[in-house]
Amino acid sequence: MNALLLRDLKLAIRAGGGFGLALAFFLIVVTLVPFGVGPDTALLSRIAPGILWLGALLACLLSLDRIFALDREDGSLDLLATAPIPLEGVVAVKALAHWLTTGLPLTLAAPGFGLLLNLAPGAYLWLTLGLALGTPALSVIGAFGAALTVGLKRGGLLLSLLVLPLYMPTLIFGAEATRRGAEGIAASTPLALLAAISLFAVALLPFAAAAALRVNLR
Amino acid sequence: MELKVSGLACARGGAILLEGVSFALAPGQALVLRGPNGSGKTTLLRTLAGLQPPVAGEIAVAPESMAYAAHADGLKPTLTVAENLAFWAALHGRRSMATALEAFELTELAGRMAQNLSAGQKRRLGLARLLVTGRPIWILDEPTVSLDATAVALFARTVRAHLAEGGIAVLATHIDLGLPEAETLDLMPFRARPAAGAERSGFDEAVE
Repeated sequence: MNALLLRDLKLAIRAGGGFGLALAFFLIVVTLVPFGVGPDTALLSRIAPGILWLGALLACLLSLDRIFALDREDGSLDLLATAPIPLEGVVAVKALAHWLTTGLPLTLAAPGFGLLLNLAPGAYLWLTLGLALGTPALSVIGAFGAALTVGLKRGGLLLSLLVLPLYMPTLIFGAEATRRGAEGIAASTPLALLAAISLFAVALLPFAAAAALRVNLR
Repeated sequence: MELKVSGLACARGGAILLEGVSFALAPGQALVLRGPNGSGKTTLLRTLAGLQPPVAGEIAVAPESMAYAAHADGLKPTLTVAENLAFWAALHGRRSMATALEAFELTELAGRMAQNLSAGQKRRLGLARLLVTGRPIWILDEPTVSLDATAVALFARTVRAHLAEGGIAVLATHIDLGLPEAETLDLMPFRARPAAGAERSGFDEAVE
């Protein structure tokens, strides 16, 4: 399992691996928003929690189809399926590698991006905490979607259509936690719900994704 | 360990291709599957390797004892030869890959990126992976595609060494493998009759 995690991380930072792509995309989205809505700092500050979470969501989506599609193309997926580790473990490790290369950097960089949107000072802690608790769910749900669409040629668009609705609860509670932080209200309830969604996804979806992979490998 | 297959039927895309395939291989034996394109060689091998369930029949060996190698070699272009092989070795809980590199004369290429290899070198690396899995039964689909005569001889030597250690190999091919001692199994007698055609409803006509 460690070998698979190390290989995926190594592939991500090698040429064309896509590491940093999500961060750069997040930065561009956040930079474009003030151009779109105008330089009204009060307005920006009000919409910042929603924009930051939307940006993180879309940035995460960008690299999802790489989780299994590349391994399928070069035949590694067949070989992983016959390897001595269970397919459920393969899915979990690949989702973890995806989180380490997208979710974690996004979480660490988000406070800096908040500055660009004039996020209220009280919200930074809750934004970071929320992303740390919420992004694992994005990676695992994404891995499930990628497993469902792995056999399809150019399944990227279908993957987005499948996965984005499933991201909705994470978006709602994540943005809510940040908004509450900005207004100085207690934000522990939406954070607890975010953590619950992530735990639920991590516990169940690797099994569903492995089942989908088995069907797609036939 | 003996590979015993009885009454196996396998399907691809919902259509049954082969029925009643039975054979038994003792340690040290190799079996070459023969048949024209589309006769079900790949489907049979994938079923043996446990990648798809059989429609009927039985395979009396756990899929964990089989090492599968297909048309795609499972190589990552941005990893070196040694890194590619080390990954599969670690996944199968093994450390040493020096003998595998040597067997296919890849030692000098160990530091090269897989994307800079020729097709034949990639194939050799894909076959070297079999040695690091340490599994007794090799399931090989067209193993000698894009190999030159020297490399085919290397491959034949490696398969012989594997058989001499009590291994088993099942190979699908329609070109010469340099393994005259291997038994052959012609798949034509096992081809399923297209009896399902009679049951088709009118809705399928547009698909045909």
